[in-house]
Amino acid sequence: MDDLLQEFLTETSESLSTLDIELIKLEQNPDDAEILSNIFRLMHTLKGTCGFLGLPRLEAIAHAGENVLGKIRDGELKATPEIVTLILEVIDRIRMILVALEEQQAEPEGDDHDLRERLEKAASGEAGASTPQPSMKSEAQEAAPPPPAEVQQKEAASLATKQEEAPEARDGNGARTGSIGSQSIRVNLSVLENLMTMVSELVLTRNQLLQLTRDQHHEQLNVPLQRLNQVVSELQEGVMKTRMQPIENAWTKLPRIVRDLGQELGKKIQLVMEGADTELDRQVLEMIRDPLTHMVRNSADHGLERPEERLAQGKPEVGTILLNAFHQGGHIIIQISDDGRGVDIERVRQKAIANGLATEEQLAGMTDQQICQFVFRPGFSTAKEVTAVSGRGVGMDVVRSNIEKLGGNVELTSTAGQGSCFTIKIPLTLAIVPALIVESSGMRFAIPQIAVQELVRLAGDDDRRIEHVEDTPVLRLRDSLLPLVHLRKLLRLPTQKEEMERFIVVARVGAYSFGILVDRILDTEEIVVKPVSALLKKIPVFSGNTILGDGSVVMILDPNGIAASSSEINLDNREEQGAEDQEMQRQESLAMLLFKASDNTPKAIPLALVRRLEEIESSRIEHSDGRPIVQYRGQLMPLLTVDPQQRLDGDEKLQVIVFANEGKPVGLVVDEILDIVETEVDINTATSGAHLIGTATVAGKATDILDVGWFLEKSFPKMTLAPGQANGQSPRRRDILLIDPDDFHEGLLRPHFLAAGIALHAAPSLKAGQQECQRRPIDAIVIDLSLLANGLEEKEAVAALASGEHPIIGLTDDPEATAQPGWISEVVRRGDIPRLMSKIAKIQ
Amino acid sequence: MAQAAVVETAEVRGTSECLTFYVGEQIFGILVARVQDVLADYSISPIPLAPAEVLGSLNLRGRIVTAIDVRRRLRLPAPEEQLRQMSIVTFHGDDLYSFIVDRVGDVIALDPRTFEANPPTMKAHLQELSHGVFRLKDSLLILLDVDKLAQL
Repeated sequence: MDDLLQEFLTETSESLSTLDIELIKLEQNPDDAEILSNIFRLMHTLKGTCGFLGLPRLEAIAHAGENVLGKIRDGELKATPEIVTLILEVIDRIRMILVALEEQQAEPEGDDHDLRERLEKAASGEAGASTPQPSMKSEAQEAAPPPPAEVQQKEAASLATKQEEAPEARDGNGARTGSIGSQSIRVNLSVLENLMTMVSELVLTRNQLLQLTRDQHHEQLNVPLQRLNQVVSELQEGVMKTRMQPIENAWTKLPRIVRDLGQELGKKIQLVMEGADTELDRQVLEMIRDPLTHMVRNSADHGLERPEERLAQGKPEVGTILLNAFHQGGHIIIQISDDGRGVDIERVRQKAIANGLATEEQLAGMTDQQICQFVFRPGFSTAKEVTAVSGRGVGMDVVRSNIEKLGGNVELTSTAGQGSCFTIKIPLTLAIVPALIVESSGMRFAIPQIAVQELVRLAGDDDRRIEHVEDTPVLRLRDSLLPLVHLRKLLRLPTQKEEMERFIVVARVGAYSFGILVDRILDTEEIVVKPVSALLKKIPVFSGNTILGDGSVVMILDPNGIAASSSEINLDNREEQGAEDQEMQRQESLAMLLFKASDNTPKAIPLALVRRLEEIESSRIEHSDGRPIVQYRGQLMPLLTVDPQQRLDGDEKLQVIVFANEGKPVGLVVDEILDIVETEVDINTATSGAHLIGTATVAGKATDILDVGWFLEKSFPKMTLAPGQANGQSPRRRDILLIDPDDFHEGLLRPHFLAAGIALHAAPSLKAGQQECQRRPIDAIVIDLSLLANGLEEKEAVAALASGEHPIIGLTDDPEATAQPGWISEVVRRGDIPRLMSKIAKIQ
Repeated sequence: MAQAAVVETAEVRGTSECLTFYVGEQIFGILVARVQDVLADYSISPIPLAPAEVLGSLNLRGRIVTAIDVRRRLRLPAPEEQLRQMSIVTFHGDDLYSFIVDRVGDVIALDPRTFEANPPTMKAHLQELSHGVFRLKDSLLILLDVDKLAQL
C-alpha cells in the first residue's frame, strides 16, 4: 500500500481515539474551552489531510463535523448530549470509511448526505435534528467495534515509545508540538521480536555458563562472568521495556463504551481510571483488552443500579466504575470495581443448582466468597434478561481462560449492596518465566512458578494423609481436601519403583487448587518458553517446552491442561484401556473374499471359512425336498443362494463358494468372485438384514458381510431360522475363550465376536485352554462338550477350568441331554450362533 | 521457508542435489536445499503423550527440534536389531524436525531423465509422502516430500 496512505490511516485512527475521549470529556464539561479547541483542531487537521490526499468523502463528512464544532467553539451552540452523540456518529462513520479505505485502497462508494444533513440542521440550531435514528446508531455501534479492533492493531503495530508522545500532548499543553515528539521512532515489530529472541537466547546461554562454572572454580572467569551476568540482566530489562506500553492504551475505548452504555441502559455511570500509566507488555495488553471491556460492560449492565434505585438506597445517583492498575512484585494488578449492588449470592446459588454445578448441601458448606466463583463457569449468567450489551453469559469463563493463558488469574470479591471488584493479576514478562523443575519417572518437567501455590512433602510413610474419595486420590491439607493427580499416570510414564511419589505440587487454576504428585522436586530456574511444534499442539497438558541450563529439553506443564485432563483419567482408566483394545480389535485385519451376488453391492465373507471355489454346471443340479443339491466329490452338497428367490436352472456355469461344515460340504452360489483382500475391517452392525453380520468398508467400498452361519442353518431343514442376532454391544471389552478343535467353527464365530467387540481367544484343546486362562483374564469360556469325554490329562485341565470364576457355556449337538457337568452354566446347540451370542451378551 | 518449498517443487524436475539415506535396505532421498544438518551424535528426550512417530525432542544449538521416526512414519516393519541411527535435520514452517534414519548416504545429483512417477504398486501411504522415484544404477530411489513427512 501507498506509504502515505498507510501513515494517514495510522495517524488518523490515533486521532479518532483521542477524539472519542475528548468528546466525552467535553460532554462532562461542556464549557471547557481547552477541550473544545483540542477537538476542533483535531477535526480540522483531519479534514485538511483528507483534502490533501484526495479523499472527498472523508473530507466532506469531516467538514460537516468541523462546522458544528466550530459553532460550539464560537459559543453559538451548546455541547448538549445529543450533539455530542452526533459528533460521535461522525467519528464512527469516519472509522468505517477508513476500514474500507484500507482494504480497497480507495474510498467506498456512498454518500453520507443523511448524516451531513443532520449535521447541518444541528449547526443551524434546529432542535431534534440530531436525534439519532436507532437503526443508524446500532449500525454505527456494530461497525464501531470491529474497525477499532483492526485499527487498534495498526496502533499496536507501531512502536511503543510513540505512545509516550500522545499523553504528553493531551496533558493540556494543547499543541502537539513536533519538536517534543521527535524523541521517538517507529520500528517494525518483527525487528523487535527478533531482538527479543536473541536476548532470550543470550539469557539462556548465560544461565548455562553460570551453571557450568558453579561446579568448577576458575578464578579468572569469575570477574568477567560477573560482568556478563550484570550486562545480560540489564539488556534483558531494557529489551523488555521496548515492549512495554502504558495500560492506558487498553483503556482508550472504555470511556466511550461506558457513555454509550449509560445512555442505552438509562443509567448514570462515570468511569474513573487510575494508574493509567502503569506499564505492561504489549502482548499482554492486546490480550486483556477484550476481557477488560467485558468486565466493564458487566459492571455497567448487571452491577450498577438505575439512578432511582441508587437514590433510594442513599447512594449517589451516578454509579462509579473504577479501574485501578499498579505493579506489585513482578506482576501487574488491575482492579475493576463498581459501587453497585454486588453479586446476588442467592441467585448464583440457585443458578448453580439449576445448572447442576453443585448440590444444596455443597452450597451450604461454602462461604459467600466461594459461591461468587461460580460466576466464572461457562454458560453462567444470572441476568434476568440477556441484553445485547452483555450477551448470553458466555463471557466470564472465556475472560478467565484468556487471562490464565497469559499466566495470570482473576478473582471476584463482592459485598451485597455495596459493589463488586474483579482483580486481575498478570506476570510482567511473558517470554522468560521462573519455573519449578520437577521429576517423575526419571523425566524432568517445568511448572511455571506463578501457578505453584505451595509444595508438600509426604514424609516417610505418611501415606495415610492420602485418602481416596470415590477413586479420586485426595490429600487432607489443613482442613480441606485437595484433589490429587498422579503425574506419572497422567503422562503414562513407565513406572519405575512403586512408592516413589513423594512430593506434591499444589497448583492453582483460577480459584481451584489441586495437587500434582511427583517423585522429586529439583530446583527453580528461569526458563525461556518456546512453543511446542505443530505436531504436539493438541496435547493439553503441555504449554510449551524449554532448554534447561544443562542443555536438555524439557516440557512445560500447563496446570490448566492438567486439571482438564485429569478429570478424564479419574473417570475410568479401565474404560480408556478397554476402548483402546476395542479399537485395536475392531481394526483387526481379516482376509476377506469379495464377491457379487444377487445385486451390485459387493459382499464379503471371511476367507478362512472357504474351502474351495468351484464352477459347477447348472445341469448338474438335482433336487431333494425341493432344495437344489449337487453331487460333489462323492457327497451331496446343498446349494444356497444369497437371494432366496434366485432360480438355478438354465445351463450356465455357476460360481460356487464351498464351505465344509463338520465335513459336510455346502455351496453358496454367487454371480462373480471379485477379489481376496486382506484388510482392516470395522463392522457396523447397525443396519443389517438377517443374513448379514453387518456392513463394512472393504477395499474402499461399502460391503455387506454375510453371516455364513445363517446360510448354513438354512441348509439343514430341521433347524429353525434365527431372526437375526441379538448383538448386545457392550461398552466394556470382554475376553472369551473358545475351546474347540474345529477351526471352521471358530472361523464362523469370529466375525460375530468381532462385530460385538469381543476378543475371541481360541484353543484347540482343554490343555491349551487352560494355558490360555493362565495367560490372561477371561470373562467366559465356550467349550465344545465333546472334548470332555476324554482321558486323564484332560481331567486336570477340566478341573482347572471348572474352578475358575468365569461362566462356562457348553456347545453340544444335543441340548436335551441331561448329563451335563454341574460347572457348565449354559448349554447351547452347536450351530445356534444367535443363541450363543445372546448368552454371551448377558455375561457381565 | 516459502522459498524452500518453491525450490523443492521447481527442482524436482530439474537436476538437483539430493541427500540419500537408508531405512532398512531401501534408499530414499530428500532435496539438499531442505536439509539443515546431519547429526550422528544426539540425544533425544522423549515426549509423553506424543504420537508414536514422534520419538521426542533434541537440542540443536539452542533450538528445539522434534525427532520423527522415519521408519514408523513410512510404516516399514521394525528391524530385528536396531543399530545406532542418524538424524537429518530439516525445517518445515517455523519448526525444525529431525528425521531419524538408519544410515545416511552421499549427496548425489539426480538426473531428471531417470525420474518416474510413483509406481502404482507402491503402497498408498508411501505414495502420499513421495514425490516420485529415480532409477539409480542398481536401485530405485524414493524422493520424499519433507513437508508431508513432517505433518504426520
